[in-house]
Amino acid sequence: MHKYSLTHLQELESEAIYVIREVVAQFDRPAILFSGGKDSIVVTHLAKKAFWPAKIPMPLIHIDTGHNFPETMEFRDSLVEKLGVQLIVGSVQEAIDKGRAVEESGINASRNELQIVTLLDAIEKHKIDAAIGGARRDEEKARSKERFFSHRDEFGQWDPKNQRPELWNIFNGRKRMGEHFRVFPISNWTEMDIWNYILQENIDIPSLYFAHNRNAVYRDGTWLPASEFLSLRDGEFVENKLMRFRTLGDITITGGIESDADTLEKIVAEVSATRSTERGNRSDDKRSDTSMEDRKKQGYF
Amino acid sequence: MELLRFTTAGSVDDGKSTLIGRLLYDSKSIFEDQMEAVRKSSERKGLEHVDLSLLTDGLRSEREQGITIDVAYRYFATPKRKFIIADTPGHIQYTRNMVTGASTANVALVLIDARKGVVEQTCRHSFIASLLKIPHIIVCINKMDLVDYSEEVFNKVVEQYEDFAAKIDVTDIRFVPISALNGDNVVNESENMTWYKGESLLHTLETIHISSDENHLDARFPVQTVIRPHADEYHDYRGYAGRIAGGIFKPGDKITVLPSGLTSAIKSIDTFSGPVEEAFAPMSVSITLEDDIDVSRGDMIVKNESEPFVSQDIEVMLCWMAARGPRPGAKYFVKNTTREAMAIIKDVYYKLDINTMEKQEDAGDIKMNEMARVRLRTTQPFVFDEYRKNRITGSLILVDEATNETVAAGTILL
Repeated sequence: MHKYSLTHLQELESEAIYVIREVVAQFDRPAILFSGGKDSIVVTHLAKKAFWPAKIPMPLIHIDTGHNFPETMEFRDSLVEKLGVQLIVGSVQEAIDKGRAVEESGINASRNELQIVTLLDAIEKHKIDAAIGGARRDEEKARSKERFFSHRDEFGQWDPKNQRPELWNIFNGRKRMGEHFRVFPISNWTEMDIWNYILQENIDIPSLYFAHNRNAVYRDGTWLPASEFLSLRDGEFVENKLMRFRTLGDITITGGIESDADTLEKIVAEVSATRSTERGNRSDDKRSDTSMEDRKKQGYF
Repeated sequence: MELLRFTTAGSVDDGKSTLIGRLLYDSKSIFEDQMEAVRKSSERKGLEHVDLSLLTDGLRSEREQGITIDVAYRYFATPKRKFIIADTPGHIQYTRNMVTGASTANVALVLIDARKGVVEQTCRHSFIASLLKIPHIIVCINKMDLVDYSEEVFNKVVEQYEDFAAKIDVTDIRFVPISALNGDNVVNESENMTWYKGESLLHTLETIHISSDENHLDARFPVQTVIRPHADEYHDYRGYAGRIAGGIFKPGDKITVLPSGLTSAIKSIDTFSGPVEEAFAPMSVSITLEDDIDVSRGDMIVKNESEPFVSQDIEVMLCWMAARGPRPGAKYFVKNTTREAMAIIKDVYYKLDINTMEKQEDAGDIKMNEMARVRLRTTQPFVFDEYRKNRITGSLILVDEATNETVAAGTILL
């Protein structure tokens, strides 16, 4: 390679750091949406690099559905302590208890959509004007149209047909009172880039991503972890499997894959050989062709 | 592995979706479950073939209308490079989307139907690539299967395009005869066109020399924010955070801060992984200076040997992006690098016909998707270069003061 050229990972990193710094420069009360998944971990790592030697100058927001993997919660708490940043927790259970949200019923019930109201409440309560998320354009069709700086109206809604054009590296974060932005610094990263970057930077990730033995139930082409929230259907039974997760969401909707990849190197090798998308194991995306777009319009991540 | 960003523009039937689908599919970037979803959706619509455009057209309204409305970003990688495709609609009513897609591209793919030759849309796409200073154009002469893979037809279209290309300002133009449908010369060299001695499209994309596209001569560092740790260990630390927009910076370099004109020298160039000996575009770094001078967001640190322009009058080619045209005497926010101030459009010299590049004087009000050469007068000085010298310091956007929408994109001229 040319002496004055960057590798693709260096260029993506530089772009993401630029975007995160723009957020801090253009907004009064930014925050990072932290799910405990690999993408938000990478975003947090990039934020650490962007402001070094200062601390990350904004809080992390975690939307706690009450259906988390315990491993995710432990990871979150230890990371927050290491970084010395503030953690804001929005509780879905609290929203249900207060009557702000209604629990879904039925065999496929999940709290995925209930995160929307909790997230918007947290944004309003803490007067967050820019929420940085780890969404990537390669994940899903609706996300491929997403801007780096994505405007949300006073109801927190996304208007995909009326997005601001985004040219060069100039980001327009101007807004009225009560409106906010979602910002996606790793828009241009693919799943492969994320894993290669985690490997390159040796970033800590929850143990759930590595192969481990777990009780799980096979449903809709994926291994759903057995938990207190999972009720068995007729003909289903619990098996102990050597498995790992490619994405992390709620324990109720995140399916795992059979895998013996117990190191980052093996995960990278597995991901590069795989022939299906990571969100293929997420039942929340399978509800319709445009379920992500519909949820995003309402204010989803 | 390097990153290459390219843009495509096209409309229904010119094979753009098929070409992108083919690049993604043949480079194994389409996953089985994505393919399965597209297959099922195509079946539900009663189509006989698998409609690859369903992969790129993601929004409900796009799927309903069967057209690409917005810019869609697509990703694929080969062992040699990672690619980002900005896939845009080709019709004139989406000029603004094409301009958006072109703004960050290293390469423009222009598709020509071999049966039709150079048409209005070909010219429009090429003009946009030229105005946005995309350094390389690859002209894909598609549907060669429908002209019996004829060398004669190919040569005729090449000649036609070269005649037209005398009007545009792009030096690196290449031609590839392809059939996106059958895959000829897309990834693999075609057995149907042995007369073609050039490389396949993908091979061209993998090897085209792009590291000289950045301006490594004129050192430019727009300051985004100031890093002050407020910790004992770094008590007096004051780092200017930003992304290098041009040139090469080294510790010891003599610098000027613009627009103030204050001078100092670089003490260190810092990153999380430690200080670096030199930094170049597009690296994100923090710069510390030898002297305690006033530097803040919106300032630009430059090296003394080549200074940019500092002025309140900016000559610009605008592409209007909003439904409502500029109101007479209206004020707009101008954003150029990290600097922002108010401006008014002082003079409108002419509009540019994007199909012919002809100047139209007295052509009436500026409307959406139109290009116009104007002069901006700003409330404060801006620090900029000519767009053809630097696409970062030479570009700007206008933001409507009332709606906060981005209403225009501008390339700075002299």
